[in-house]
Amino acid sequence: MTYFILQFLNGLQIGAIYALVALGYTMVYGIIKLINFAHGEIMMTAAYFIYFFMTLLDLPYFLAVILAIVFSVVLGVLIERIAYRRLRNASRLSALITAIAVSLFLQTLYAILFTPDPRAFPLTASSFPVLEIGEITLSSWTLITIVVAVIVMILLQLFVTRHKAGKAMLVVSEDLKGAYLMGIKVDRIVSMTFAIGSALAAIAAALYIVSYPQITPYMGALPGIKAFIAAVLGGIGLIPGAMLGGFLLGLVETMTRAYIPSSVAQLSEGIVFVILILVLLLKPAGLLGKSEREKV
Amino acid sequence: MKNLFAIRDLHVFYGPIHAIKGISLEIKEEGELVSLIGANGAGKTTIMHCISGLLRPRQGQIVYNGLDLLKVKPEDILATGLAQVPEGRRIFTRLSVEDNLEMGAYTRTKKSEVKRDIREILERFPRLSERRNQPAGTLSGGEQQMLAIARALMSRPKLLLMDEPSMGLAPLLVKEVFDLIQELRSEGTTILLVEQNARMALSIADRAYVLETGRIVHEGIASEMLEDERIREAYLGT
Repeated sequence: MTYFILQFLNGLQIGAIYALVALGYTMVYGIIKLINFAHGEIMMTAAYFIYFFMTLLDLPYFLAVILAIVFSVVLGVLIERIAYRRLRNASRLSALITAIAVSLFLQTLYAILFTPDPRAFPLTASSFPVLEIGEITLSSWTLITIVVAVIVMILLQLFVTRHKAGKAMLVVSEDLKGAYLMGIKVDRIVSMTFAIGSALAAIAAALYIVSYPQITPYMGALPGIKAFIAAVLGGIGLIPGAMLGGFLLGLVETMTRAYIPSSVAQLSEGIVFVILILVLLLKPAGLLGKSEREKV
Repeated sequence: MKNLFAIRDLHVFYGPIHAIKGISLEIKEEGELVSLIGANGAGKTTIMHCISGLLRPRQGQIVYNGLDLLKVKPEDILATGLAQVPEGRRIFTRLSVEDNLEMGAYTRTKKSEVKRDIREILERFPRLSERRNQPAGTLSGGEQQMLAIARALMSRPKLLLMDEPSMGLAPLLVKEVFDLIQELRSEGTTILLVEQNARMALSIADRAYVLETGRIVHEGIASEMLEDERIREAYLGT
């Protein structure tokens, strides 16, 4: 039982990180129908920002994270301005290929600038106190990750349901033409969405690198893909869907890894994809998505 | 005297298809109710999309208050005083009724005035008031149409474009919508009413234009057109 609870918490921890990244995918998809494959690289660059702020400037972790969020927001908004904006009315395939190109460009750029060798992150989960609750011993970092992610998600939910700009984001995602008719400055809302998505990815990176303290130019690829799967699983374009999908994916992945024999542990990655295929077969619009025919 | 609103020699193409073949239309003065009637596929909504900047015509002019609307970005059209009740309502189904109204006032900056207007609008539409916190997607068709109109009013428009407000509504609700249009007009709102329901539109409009496959085929005083034999036969079925 304690083993199960421990694994459950571990699943929530990585799930929280997937959920934060998945939110960026889903919000961007919601408003401009683009799968932003460079989103995982925002996470990667944020990790480098945090690393360099801490090692070169000797900043404390918290301050480094705040600065990294700012830099990631700027980068995310710039990517949209430079690479995606002029493709807004192009075919979706062109935009998708561009997103893949941006992703590869950032990976390669970082490999050239900082070498592909992994760097060890100075702060690890073991530097946080160990909690003992009954028979369970776990790092307090696990709980911190879950709590921080949940707080961030609550704030996001409040923003989109209460704030005028947040509601405008939902409007653009539901009906672009309708948004124009309301006088909503769509370009600004798109920039804002990239800014929020990038900030969430930077927070995810900050939480991720303490638990997985290795920084490489390719570190964003796998969590990025999994977060994308999480977004699709929950219903792409839907904010609650990304949260649900993220947590679910983290739990499934951790549980399979915990309960299948270690000789076939590699399978856990595959199981995630099997689940995705099954969900899409049964509910093509995702767990929370309603199948709607596309309106003209 | 200069017209308040005018479309001149508008041509629109969808690929090789010449959808709008040089139409002209005017609203002469404030407070006028002008109707554009025509069957499905005549090009009514195409014209509306040109006015709201969602579609660029190949040729022609759309002028409102001396302003060349074809040079205005779609998101800036509303700020010129021109609001639209779009075809198919286009309400935001996931937002609450009240949030839909707030979005209608998106360009307005004075929060307290917007709040007061939302209160007034909800008093005017009691059925929307009862459902103010419900997602707009849960409203009935008639309620959604009322919401679309109420939302357009939230920008305090000087010119209101209405694209088929009677579409898909039961006869009783159609009457309700038309009563509301007359009420708005008596309050001084200038209205361009695009309708398939020729009889209803002609009965409340000052002047009307009849659109047929991209061309204006009749125009005149609405009450005279109601009596016109040719129009009665072709559009009113009597």
